[in-house]
Amino acid sequence: MFKYLRMLVVASMFLTSAANGNAQDMLQIKGSDTLINLVQRLSEEYMKKNPEKYIAVTGGGSGTGIAALINGKCDIANASRLMKAKEISQANGRGINPKRVVIAMDGLSVITNARNSVDKLTVDEIGKIFRGEITNWKEVGGNNMPITLYGRQSNSGTFVFFRDAVLKGDYSQRMKRMNGNAQIVEAVKQDTSGIGYVGVGYVKDAEGINVVRAALKKGMEYASPLNPYDVKSGKYPIVRPLNQYINGTPKGEVRNFIAFELSQEGQKIVKEEGFYPIPDEYREFNEKSMR
Amino acid sequence: MAKFKEKAIQWFFFLNGVFVVIVLLGIFALLIFTSIPAFKEIDLREFLFSKNWNPTSYVRPSYGIVSMLISTFMVTLGALLIAVPLGIGTAAYLSDVATSRVREIAKPIIEILAGIPSVVMGFLGIVLVGPLIAKIFNLHNGLNALNGSILLAVMALPTIISLSEDALKSVPQSYQQASLALGASHWQTLIRVKIPAALSGIIAACMLGMGRAIGETMTVLMATGCAPAMPRGFLDSVRTLTSTIAIELGEVPYNTTHYYALFGIGLVLFVITFIVNMASDIILHKYERKR
Repeated sequence: MFKYLRMLVVASMFLTSAANGNAQDMLQIKGSDTLINLVQRLSEEYMKKNPEKYIAVTGGGSGTGIAALINGKCDIANASRLMKAKEISQANGRGINPKRVVIAMDGLSVITNARNSVDKLTVDEIGKIFRGEITNWKEVGGNNMPITLYGRQSNSGTFVFFRDAVLKGDYSQRMKRMNGNAQIVEAVKQDTSGIGYVGVGYVKDAEGINVVRAALKKGMEYASPLNPYDVKSGKYPIVRPLNQYINGTPKGEVRNFIAFELSQEGQKIVKEEGFYPIPDEYREFNEKSMR
Repeated sequence: MAKFKEKAIQWFFFLNGVFVVIVLLGIFALLIFTSIPAFKEIDLREFLFSKNWNPTSYVRPSYGIVSMLISTFMVTLGALLIAVPLGIGTAAYLSDVATSRVREIAKPIIEILAGIPSVVMGFLGIVLVGPLIAKIFNLHNGLNALNGSILLAVMALPTIISLSEDALKSVPQSYQQASLALGASHWQTLIRVKIPAALSGIIAACMLGMGRAIGETMTVLMATGCAPAMPRGFLDSVRTLTSTIAIELGEVPYNTTHYYALFGIGLVLFVITFIVNMASDIILHKYERKR
């Protein structure tokens, strides 16, 4: 009997020490589904150059990443939206001082099925469609066909950004809540009546979909999120920074990795993944966060 | 020494039993105490009778669970409508018709069915069942209650089949012999004698299958579209209680009304599955006493 007991104690000791030992030199990055492919690629390149380092990148949505940062469960939170005032005060309450770094720009893309004749919309029309006020494609110059909405779940930063910047109201209750950007692209590809919104990195090679050209108001020029100049100049109306949040001024490994992301090499990967490099105004902002 | 060992083993099993009961009570207590604070701010009537659930609303948060409750019941009911006839039929076939060779091959296969991870089922729902439903019913997409029902039926089948088969097997041989001796055919014996004799066991099997279906999360989250609107039929997107908890718990700031409300949903789910399991237990015991 005592022999078994002893074995049990030894086994449990072994288990706990194994659990403690690993976490030390591993960088945990968590959050935005829009950013996950990009950051994964960046970390792979980084690990290729620094083979002794290990970075784990997981998704779950911006909300999940930010919650993990607040709860001290990750080193870097990927976020496709800004932290809310409530979240910041909550983090401060737990002794965490979130600092923001912008690592890329996104032209948030509205997509429709390739067989849909509607290929341009104003921001106002997009808002009405997703709020459920326009429910048939004929109201925006298309065929007589009901609109099927595809969006994200509420833990998504894209869900929040799109709602706050474009809808300025609540999503239609009929909108289907998909698990990620890729699932929206897949659904819209199969659904002639579908419309969805995804990060521009998810549409660059996608077939079977239209990337809708958008204009801020009727009478203004329509622009595509696939055109880097229109995104940079702001002619394409739905542009957002893609962010990472860290606790305090970055130090050690976190700092090295962020420096790599912001370097020329890192920004080249950003372009290859279909997103846009950071403009000068955010470069200055980043320098302040890093200081 | 031998006596001591005997006593020790007795105590060991007694403590195990007590431990399980304590864990169950602990979960129940935790759910109650963490959901109580929610009702300081949410009207209990709103929670139970309103159909709008949108705690992160742009305009005004709302906390009604009716459409999710109905969604859960719809998906479960649909699953039972498919799984019960199929399950009882298979069980009857295995216990009465199949040769022992067939039984030896079929039983392990059915048990393997129980081991398929729910996320794999959800995946099948997205790429296989969904498009099929869309084609058959001429819909734009197949992410709806029917899809969830079909997948949950497949997941509940192993439980229903193996427990029903046990129930049919435990019908005394003499019943069957008497029936056949009186000139009844094999079919008549099965339908008129064996199944009625095993009915309480079969009902209990179906209830357990139902419990499985109600609590299932990942599959329905992936396959039903998760639109929070009140469903208008089986071809409408639904959002169950379980998927709401799974989606929102990851991003919710701790100790907020929203957080407590999610525990409230958990409590509702717990009570539902508790009732279902309780009912199946009572039915099973009734059956045992009869014999």
